Amino acid sequence: MASGRDDFVIAFRSAFLKKKDKQKFSLLSLILLSIIVIILSNINFKPIQLMKIGINEIIYRFSFIISTPENYLKNFTLKINEHKNLFENYKNIKSELKNLKEEQITNNFLKLENEKLRNLINENINSDEILAKVLIDRESPFLKSIILNKGTKDKVKMGMGILDGVYLVGQIIEVNYTNSRALLLSDLNSKIPSVLAPQNIQAVISGTGKNYGIIEHTKDDIEEELKDKYAIIYTSGLGGLFKPGIPIGKISKDTNNKVEFFSDFTQLDYVKIISFTFGDKK
Amino acid sequence: MASLNKSTFVRAFASYLPFIILFISVFNEFDFNYLKIENFSFNFVYILVFYWTLRNPESLGYLSIFLAGIVNDVVIGTPIGISSLCYLILCAVTAYIRNITLSPNFVKDWFSLLFTMVLINSIQVIILDLIFLIEISYISYIVNTGFTFLFYPAFFLMFNVLSQIIYQKKHD
Repeated sequence: MASGRDDFVIAFRSAFLKKKDKQKFSLLSLILLSIIVIILSNINFKPIQLMKIGINEIIYRFSFIISTPENYLKNFTLKINEHKNLFENYKNIKSELKNLKEEQITNNFLKLENEKLRNLINENINSDEILAKVLIDRESPFLKSIILNKGTKDKVKMGMGILDGVYLVGQIIEVNYTNSRALLLSDLNSKIPSVLAPQNIQAVISGTGKNYGIIEHTKDDIEEELKDKYAIIYTSGLGGLFKPGIPIGKISKDTNNKVEFFSDFTQLDYVKIISFTFGDKK
Repeated sequence: MASLNKSTFVRAFASYLPFIILFISVFNEFDFNYLKIENFSFNFVYILVFYWTLRNPESLGYLSIFLAGIVNDVVIGTPIGISSLCYLILCAVTAYIRNITLSPNFVKDWFSLLFTMVLINSIQVIILDLIFLIEISYISYIVNTGFTFLFYPAFFLMFNVLSQIIYQKKHD
């Protein structure tokens, strides 16, 4: 019994402390270093934060270069799929275009009316846009985020919204000097105050870690209310980060109360980083 | 003279292959997300580190594994140091297995990988969820662990071939 325990202790000590073969560092020292790095990286101390930004800058650039072959393969796969579905897509787009043209006429009037009403209550929303390229879109199963090629030097700030066309796709959670990281709406940690139209229900859209979102912090009987109905989800503007009315996704009976995002997060290439100022401020 | 130089280069390149593959995989973070297969992910780095530190420990230095962990954390956006800690715990388990095993057995190694992944994923979940308050999907971790476990035999065979090539080159 005692010898068995001795064997365990010897094997354990040998595994952790001895520098074997060509190893320059013992495992224990590196494990301790990892723990120190974890603690240091989360201390809000300027030199450490600057070092972290420097590491991020270098690694993001390298990652962008090394990902080039995989991105090429990805684009190639997409192009083949697009060609295969070309005729089917053409038919769908044709009918959609007809509907959209009809809707546009009504929308133009509503837009004008909306602007007039906003002016009446002296509510102006100004926005600043920065066009950014997606450097890395590594959608890890644990964290859904993208790296953009704009940072503090381009006046990017924490919390700014990310748009793909007119659709909201996420918000900035980390800013470095020349690049930044945006958390996608599909991430578990993403929570966006929203409104469901035309029902006018306030809710929070939360990511699930998958390619759909869920409705949270809303009416208890929402499932009943949305049963077999179609709803579009827009930002509500609560929280003051985003203006109201940015489209996020939709719910239909086919999606089973799951929020289907308008934008495909695996296809992001260029996005807009956007900030809003409310009132008379420019 | 030219052939001598060429063979030296090939030999050096072959011996650095596990290191090169490790860094390409952490920088590139193979995710296959464009295939749009829901609930599919596996951790290639765990397989790579487990195999090479268990079978040919001199091919992968602990320092390079530590640095690969830092790169992985920066690329996927988790707090820096967590992946390094997980990879090094994986190395500690393989070092322990090497010390207590006289004749390697594939099945035992395979199940040791599963046990180790459960251990390190638990540590990762505790750090992320309870300390950093980052919401994570437990299902993703279970799926990831499952597929990594299932893919190990396939990569084991591939790495065995690679290992033979490296050692053949070294002994030539």
